[in-house]
Amino acid sequence: MTVASDFSDDVEPFRLSMLIYDKRYRSYTLQIITIALFMLAVGWLVSNVVQNFRDLGKEFSFAFLWEPASYDINQRLIEYTSRSPHWKAAVVGILNTLVLAFLGCIAATILGVAIGVMRLSKNWLVSRLMTIYIEGFRNVPVLLWILLASTAFSAMLPAPRQAPVLLGGGFVPTNRGFYVPAPIWESGSGVLAIIFLLSLVGAWFFGRWARAKQAATGEILPVFWIRLAIIILPVLFFYFILGRPIGLSLPELKGFNFQGGGFVRNSFMALWIALSLYTAAFIAENVRSGIQAISKGQTEAAYSLGLPPNRTMNLVILPQALRIIIPPLISQYLNLTKNSSLAIAVGYMDITGTLGGITLNQTGREMESLLLVMGFYLIVSLLISGVMNVYNNSVAIKER
Amino acid sequence: MSDTQSKNSLLYVSTKDLPELPAPVNTTGPVAWMRQNLFASVRDTVLTVLFAILVIAILYKLIPWMLTDAVFFADSIRNCREIDTGACFAVVTSRFNQLIFGFYPPELYWRPILAFLLMFVAFAPLLHDNLPRKLLWFTGVFPLLAYFLLWGGAIWGPLLILAMVTAAVFVFSLVSKPLNSTLGLLAAIAFCLMYYIFLHDSISGALASAMPIGLEFVESAKFGGFLITFVIGVTGIVASLPLGIVLALGRKSDNMPVVKMLCVGFIEFIRGVPLITLLFVASTLLNYFLPPGTTFDLILRVIIMVTLFAAAYMAEVVRGGLAALPRGQYEAADALGLNYWQATRLIILPQALKISIPGIVNTFIGLFKDTVLVSIVGILDPVGIMQPIRSTSEWNGIIWELPIFIGLVFFIFCFTMSRYSMYFERKLDTGHRS
Amino acid sequence: MKTKLLTLALGAAAIATVSTSASAATLDDVKAKGFLQCGVSTGVPGFAFTDDAGDWQGFDPALCRAMAAAIFGDAKAVKFTPTTGKTRFTALASGEVDVLARNTTETFSRDVDLKFTFAPVNYYDGQGFMVRKSLGVTSAKNLSGATICIQTGTTTELNLADYFRANNMTYEPVPIETNAEAQEKYLANACDVYTTDASGLAATRAAFEKPGDHMLLPEIISKEPLAPLTRHGDDQWADILKWTLNVLINAEELGVTAANADDMLANSKLPSIRRLLGAEGDFGTKLGLGNDWSLNAIKAGGNYGEIYDKYIGPKTAIGLERGLNQLWSKGGILYAAPVR
Repeated sequence: MTVASDFSDDVEPFRLSMLIYDKRYRSYTLQIITIALFMLAVGWLVSNVVQNFRDLGKEFSFAFLWEPASYDINQRLIEYTSRSPHWKAAVVGILNTLVLAFLGCIAATILGVAIGVMRLSKNWLVSRLMTIYIEGFRNVPVLLWILLASTAFSAMLPAPRQAPVLLGGGFVPTNRGFYVPAPIWESGSGVLAIIFLLSLVGAWFFGRWARAKQAATGEILPVFWIRLAIIILPVLFFYFILGRPIGLSLPELKGFNFQGGGFVRNSFMALWIALSLYTAAFIAENVRSGIQAISKGQTEAAYSLGLPPNRTMNLVILPQALRIIIPPLISQYLNLTKNSSLAIAVGYMDITGTLGGITLNQTGREMESLLLVMGFYLIVSLLISGVMNVYNNSVAIKER
Repeated sequence: MSDTQSKNSLLYVSTKDLPELPAPVNTTGPVAWMRQNLFASVRDTVLTVLFAILVIAILYKLIPWMLTDAVFFADSIRNCREIDTGACFAVVTSRFNQLIFGFYPPELYWRPILAFLLMFVAFAPLLHDNLPRKLLWFTGVFPLLAYFLLWGGAIWGPLLILAMVTAAVFVFSLVSKPLNSTLGLLAAIAFCLMYYIFLHDSISGALASAMPIGLEFVESAKFGGFLITFVIGVTGIVASLPLGIVLALGRKSDNMPVVKMLCVGFIEFIRGVPLITLLFVASTLLNYFLPPGTTFDLILRVIIMVTLFAAAYMAEVVRGGLAALPRGQYEAADALGLNYWQATRLIILPQALKISIPGIVNTFIGLFKDTVLVSIVGILDPVGIMQPIRSTSEWNGIIWELPIFIGLVFFIFCFTMSRYSMYFERKLDTGHRS
Repeated sequence: MKTKLLTLALGAAAIATVSTSASAATLDDVKAKGFLQCGVSTGVPGFAFTDDAGDWQGFDPALCRAMAAAIFGDAKAVKFTPTTGKTRFTALASGEVDVLARNTTETFSRDVDLKFTFAPVNYYDGQGFMVRKSLGVTSAKNLSGATICIQTGTTTELNLADYFRANNMTYEPVPIETNAEAQEKYLANACDVYTTDASGLAATRAAFEKPGDHMLLPEIISKEPLAPLTRHGDDQWADILKWTLNVLINAEELGVTAANADDMLANSKLPSIRRLLGAEGDFGTKLGLGNDWSLNAIKAGGNYGEIYDKYIGPKTAIGLERGLNQLWSKGGILYAAPVR
């Protein structure tokens, strides 16, 4: 029937039955049915919510976010007291989530790449051990690792009063967390920071210059060491010139706990370590398959051009392997960020613990709180996958 | 090429074959193997020594603790400490039933065990293609059977649902022959809904009171331990596969932007939020979305959320399979004059699903592991049951033994599944992918 | 219902198919179900715990049993849902449980803002602190800088913040989800102090291997009137809960026990006892129950004093003195409205 209309010039008059039989119109019919069903379902759900809220005398409002939270949070990166409003508690939680996710991604990447490369090592023992590591971590739930790490810390490490003071007072492991020295910023440290930034810029310019020089003359400079010197030396020099503007505060036992210095809580450490180790196992597999996907001919071709092995790795193998590694790597970052919500199992106050936990409990605003929490994760996920798409497009092999 | 007559005149050319010598000692045998694989270079040697020391140190501590000095049978942790110095696995043996079945009535343990064994029979025809195809019927019936075995109650409910599905298939063929399959599908779904809303309760109720045949009813609150892990994991994955396929097909339907948009929105939303927030929705919000007065238990709400969660991931896996299929397959199906459903059912899906099998198994492994999150919303799965056991006065102070046992069980299942999927992948590889 | 679960589980039918008509009367729903769904805590020794058979026992479940007996004449017609601090209010609000008998503090916002109706207080409590004796702390005022384990989602969390703020002290909160977890953390010395309701602390301490190593600090920093509760908007249902509790307290006052209730009903001449047990008047019928409701409630687990003594009283391992929870006539503040 449609075939006939394709060959004849005269337009077939529209009939109602074509909504079902004609491919061109059928998709409209189906879409209209879908929209109708979807609207019905949404309407049904919303009307139920409205009805239930009315029955319970509840209202849907975000006004509670401006009321005092009335609870304390142990780890806060911004000024927060129990008198601060709920939205500020949520922000504290968001920052805690982001810090955990950020540090977790860094640690997982370093570990994962190292393990992935070692997994391909010709050394039998090393590659076997790495296989055991990868399979062991991948096949056990991450929540179990988190709980194990957390109980390990609280059960194995000593209480503060019995805790050993290591590294000349610089490091105290206790069953509540790790006390470390904290920097004290005195006057002049701002100048130092500016110098540090300037050296970074200098190092970048040097890299460009060195590359241009290599392209022009073929001379290869020891770029890495010179860069390192550019970054470190001026800062060290001015550190002493300015009279050591950055001091260290060391933890001291006072009363129940150590005071002063920095304090990394066990809940954070347990999460950080467990999430990094778990995610590293997945990243290692991605790295391995990425490197294995590059054909041996690439290496041989590079050698035949006279490139030394390290340059072959840096200039030929890695750029190609990265194209394969990075997309799954980013989705592992995404998984780590989402898994960080398991913080609630060990009492780390991330967004799920503050807004989705205590605020939800104390105010009884389940709908509003959970919507906000989910919204936050959704935005983070979309941002990360947006970055991934941009990257994918930029490295995609340009096909003709 | 060379002049052959000078062959004999060359005295330094040997006239007889020398006997074969064995290969040099340093290229075969264990020593050579170690040289090549453990001590090939200075760096390798250092690494080998370092790792060997590490492994030996760990094993030296671990083996006595976990095996030789461990206690496997005792009443309490104090009793354990009196018997030996190692791990107290007595907590696992003495609470074994709780870890596996939760509070399921002990005299009815045969039901979950039977359901578990039948599960393998049901999966067998999917995993082994040399079994009789008739077994697939059992696979189809298994969900109802498993439900009946686990929860019990009157047999009429599951039977009536079976009858409903049969009738729905009949309705489908009745409608789709004269009209088309899409309408047939809609009619079948409508039929099921109508039957379920208006007739099911009264008919099954009447039958149950007339002929009370069935098993003793066990409420969901009694479920716990690995039983819960399997119920949630298996139901989630089985239910999410069809949903995932529909979502994937919807996401690929470029000529229906509305359908595509809805599918993409659903998939991206679910994949963008952590499972734990969805479980919070299940435990705190889901009832608000249902008509006032409707309640059903937490385990069921969790299964629904887990299914939706897995469906989004499944959709992406299936989408990968669909995308990997060469365009020619679609065109060939069109050329044969197959309509959309025929092409999808006969040409596209069988191949796409085959390509997706590793992904599907990976999703399943992920979901299986993720089921432990339900402990956070208060369901007594193995991880959730750990806390109450630890807080009893007998076992107060147990740290490692329970997570080690639970982790080991998870490892065995997940590792086996991943190996099986690799084997299956190789077996199904018909060699013309690319 | 069972088959509903099935189809839903199979995904064969949409959630949409669950069609239950709304009804305002909880009593009718409960009667139709055939059992009472009661929310309890996940486990506080003495107050709510599971026995070896997995059945819920304790001070809180006993009230639910009495209520089930009042409604059905059968103390076993009750099912328990363990709830955490996080899930308890949503469980009640969403109708997952019919009544919440779980050491829950009555507060203004829970009553007015969260829309719940509290029955009379069944346990007068206050927030206390438990520490190791070896710390040498004698007063909560010395706790500045301490690490404190605290159950989230409770009023104790808010009281603690207020108390330390008012006394210009700092502390490090360690948020904990359940009592069992808190106990584990506290025993591992991962926190110096465990704070919750004083009764809960005493009960927890009683379960320790060496209770003598730990002490409760003298300060009680808050009022914690613990009361069972129901949803707003169903006065009949709230009345049933309220008067079941009142009957149990009045029974103790009048000397009616589980053992002598039948005898009292037949032989007692005292009008107050006759009214209490339903020999005079039709109080049960007015509640929508049978006239033997109060008799059944008392026979389910005994009067208030009997329940108290059985689960948390001085003779149990928990060993809580009656204190404020003694009858008004014996120096306490338990003062139930009369059945009249």
